[in-house]
Amino acid sequence: MEKLMSDLKKQIIEQLNLQDVKPEDIGDDQPLFVEGLGLDSIDALELIVLLQQHYKIKISNAEDGPKVFRSVRTMAEYITTHQPSNA
Amino acid sequence: MRNGELYFKAGSEDPSSILAEIYEHLLPAYPKFYKMDQLSKLGWLATEILLGPEFRYKNYPADKVGIVLSNANASLDTDIRYYDTVKDIASPALFVYTLPNIVAGEISIRHRLKGENAFFIFDHFNAGFIQQYVSGLLNNDNLQACICGWVETLGKQLDAALFLVEKTPNAGAVGFTPAIMNQIYQ
Repeated sequence: MEKLMSDLKKQIIEQLNLQDVKPEDIGDDQPLFVEGLGLDSIDALELIVLLQQHYKIKISNAEDGPKVFRSVRTMAEYITTHQPSNA
Repeated sequence: MRNGELYFKAGSEDPSSILAEIYEHLLPAYPKFYKMDQLSKLGWLATEILLGPEFRYKNYPADKVGIVLSNANASLDTDIRYYDTVKDIASPALFVYTLPNIVAGEISIRHRLKGENAFFIFDHFNAGFIQQYVSGLLNNDNLQACICGWVETLGKQLDAALFLVEKTPNAGAVGFTPAIMNQIYQ
């Protein structure tokens, strides 16, 4: 899980062009949107693309989005339980 | 160039590196800059240089400052980049920039402008049209000031010339005529 969260932080920075942010600036449980990292709705779509490109995971239920993308930890947990190889 | 004087000389030749160099020179601490497409970055930086820090002190009402821009290739530079991503997974972040007038939106957000804006496509810088259109907005009291001009990028090309036109000009301001605009653009 720690390795996955570390990878995710780097991938989020790259995917979202967060050039002023370093992986260590993102807390495992820090909210990604609004008061946390300050991501917006387009960033949310890019995170969906990230899951698809890097982990072959598609979010089919839009209502899952806020729960999955709440923090790096919730993303990692979702990936761990939904990766095709783990299905 | 700003008002006829060299403002900054970039060392890079690659367009994205040139834009990054100018951004770092200006140090505006605006992280969203990195997410913009090349056209928006160019127009945004040109506006930063054009307005300088003094513009905010003019205290124009937000709905009285407009933006009238033009170029020859609309958002084609980003359209091509977006099309490349469609072959794999379409990029939402690029998709939102596949309209040329988004650059006016980025400038408006940065400077909190709410006046009329428009983006026109011409095969070359049409100073006569811009002068006539902007003069109409100023003369009819739609605007008190307007950022206008040319913002073009395609591949390795970066070409921008922006003008701040004010209904009540500053002392020393040049006239707002097509001849002067063309002279500055050259």
